[in-house]
Amino acid sequence: MNKRLNVRKTHKMFINGKFVRSESERTYNWNSKQIKTSINICQASRKDFRDAIISAKNAFPSWKSKTAYNRAQIIYRCAEIIEGRSPQLIEELALQGISQSKAVTEVKQTIDTLVYFAGWADKYNQIFSTVNPVSSPYFSFSVLEPTGIIVIIPSEKSGLLGILGGIIPTIIGGNTCVTLMPQDYPLCAASLAESLHSSDVPPGVVNIITGFQSELLEHFATHMEVNGLIYFGENIDTITAIEQNASQNLKRVSICHDKDWMYNDSLHPYSILRTQETKTTWHPIGY
Amino acid sequence: MNSLNLQTDWQYDPAPQSTDHINLKESYDLFINGAFVPAKNNNHRNTINPSNEKIIAKVADAGPDDVNLAVSAARKAYETSWSKISHSERGKYLFRIARIIQERSRELAVIESMDGGKPIRESRDIDVPLAAAHFFYYAGWADKLKYAFPGRETQPLGVAGQIIPWNFPLLMAAWKIAPALATGNTIVLKPAETTPLTAMLLAEIIREADLPDGVVNIITGDGSTGSSLVEHPDVDKIAFTGSTAVGKEIMKKLAGKNKPYTLELGGKAANIIFADAAIDQAIEGIVNSIFFNQGHVCCAGSRLFVEESISDEIIFKLRERMETLIVGDPLDKNTDIGAINSKEQLKRIQEYVKIGQDEGGELYQSKCKLPNTGYWHAPTLFCNVSQSHRIVQEEIFGPVLAIQTFRTVDEVIEKANNTPYGLSGGVWTDKGAKIFKVTQNIRAGVIWANTFNKFDPSAPFGGYKESGMGREGGIQGLLPYLKLNPC
Repeated sequence: MNKRLNVRKTHKMFINGKFVRSESERTYNWNSKQIKTSINICQASRKDFRDAIISAKNAFPSWKSKTAYNRAQIIYRCAEIIEGRSPQLIEELALQGISQSKAVTEVKQTIDTLVYFAGWADKYNQIFSTVNPVSSPYFSFSVLEPTGIIVIIPSEKSGLLGILGGIIPTIIGGNTCVTLMPQDYPLCAASLAESLHSSDVPPGVVNIITGFQSELLEHFATHMEVNGLIYFGENIDTITAIEQNASQNLKRVSICHDKDWMYNDSLHPYSILRTQETKTTWHPIGY
Repeated sequence: MNSLNLQTDWQYDPAPQSTDHINLKESYDLFINGAFVPAKNNNHRNTINPSNEKIIAKVADAGPDDVNLAVSAARKAYETSWSKISHSERGKYLFRIARIIQERSRELAVIESMDGGKPIRESRDIDVPLAAAHFFYYAGWADKLKYAFPGRETQPLGVAGQIIPWNFPLLMAAWKIAPALATGNTIVLKPAETTPLTAMLLAEIIREADLPDGVVNIITGDGSTGSSLVEHPDVDKIAFTGSTAVGKEIMKKLAGKNKPYTLELGGKAANIIFADAAIDQAIEGIVNSIFFNQGHVCCAGSRLFVEESISDEIIFKLRERMETLIVGDPLDKNTDIGAINSKEQLKRIQEYVKIGQDEGGELYQSKCKLPNTGYWHAPTLFCNVSQSHRIVQEEIFGPVLAIQTFRTVDEVIEKANNTPYGLSGGVWTDKGAKIFKVTQNIRAGVIWANTFNKFDPSAPFGGYKESGMGREGGIQGLLPYLKLNPC
């Protein structure tokens, strides 16, 4: 009897709600330590990144205008979907050299992080907004609004929790984003995108590309439509390059410690504030 | 329609504010470690009165050695005194400073108008009272920080380097110093080269308040002094207010230094007038938005958008109103528009007016008579301009308004956002729903609805996009001076 040949998955990127290969048709070869097979991962070009930014920009007005309740439900839905897909994600993490027990913990923690931030959607503005007691006959109040289009360069060490740890606080606050998968941990990209896709996250709100940070970094930091950039890492040359280039249009740069996502407290609303702007509005009181 | 001839029918007698009360020194030294000391290189620069080009005083010009001294004084004060005293005592020093500013308000207002050219009405009623209010507001925060950021313990950053502009010299010093001190930082402040005097008076006030030596250091100089401060390795935080170009340079210089920064930069605000607005109020609002402080305001409403159906009426009334504006002696209590801050700035404004004309803009200037000496610019309007004109895109920082029309709400929102800046905006309409539709969609940090250019220490101020980052004022204004730690 012939042994059944398994159906392999083509690993694609996720841009504007579609699963795409790199327009450059380049891939890089990713080798598993666990199995003898190797996998071709898309190597995003500058053009792919620019396409992702266009999609993020187009998605921004309607995503930021959705009610907070609606955004909360979409992110909660994401947790529901990932819960159902846990075995697949655990398998993918294991394939990337993470122990079974650590993989299980990482997936659980990912789901709980989604639930946690889903709950913040309609609350952080209640904590951080103010009515300003001005000394003149005006009503003055300050609320948070999303910064806009955000590029996320996640930890090179975490292929799932580290990715969503960057994405979720960003989009829960109404921003849209482009994320680069870590070069060595790219395998969850497609499953993650599939989960977002089937959770009613609108096309363009999250774009996930794979490839080389070294090739794309300059384009991330110089693109004039990008309003903010979050980098998880410690490399001082990378940080310097990002900040120098980001000065061209005053991108908000957040440098975050490349912490161990599994053991550090990442559950607080201050990560939402990284990509929020305060808007103060005034109106006279009178008749 | 017959209108009043304002040259003959409506004249005011001079009403100059007396200067007897003030006591200016011939020369001002640097304020370092609680004492006034000359610059190491002994260099000075003159500060002049832009309304008559007369020299008011000599001011020391700090070089890198002086910056070093000031930073080490601030470091020492941070470590030995300011971080040691109780938070409530820290607050009491700020209350003292607020009170002394109030007590010396006349003197501060007069000197502000002499040194910077702004009308005494504005320095007396806006700059000085708001400066005192800022100290009073942040004084109260000093011992209440644990209530400000839930779930977090706050920690000061250390030594803050602060660089301020020439358009609101004392007020900007207050915006910078008050929150930094309340949060427990020590300070090296550099005032603008053309307007150093009220900052030096503030140094005297700080001494009068018995603030521990070195907690606040004020060093005068130009851009190179500011640059040394930005690049000083022992400064923990930079706060800058000024142009977007310099803001970008600062961000670039700080790249990879792990040094937090706040930037409050330029703007090109849209002021939007809908047909259903209270027209006469809107006219006053337009005048205030662009001619306040000679238009030397980063949040000035320098782009006016008028709904097409009322544009003739608005432009007619605006021209009439402009003719009533009194341009002249900053110390005259009736003056609406004072002197342009410097020769360089006047030149820049004149260049932009020429660019506007060359690009086909239709110019209108009020027929006011400008004094013969000093730096002056008549209130100016441009019609017949569009989004691509340079005077519509670039910050002029003078009394020059570019007027465009629109037909729909969506159109004007798109036009208003078509700028790299995002500091402020204005909207005038009697419909509440429309106000919120527009204010929510303008990408800017401060939006005034049926008003313009209102400020308060409790109301955060700062920009989106290339107008900067971080907020000044309010509880939000504490954050740029604090590190938040899990507790």
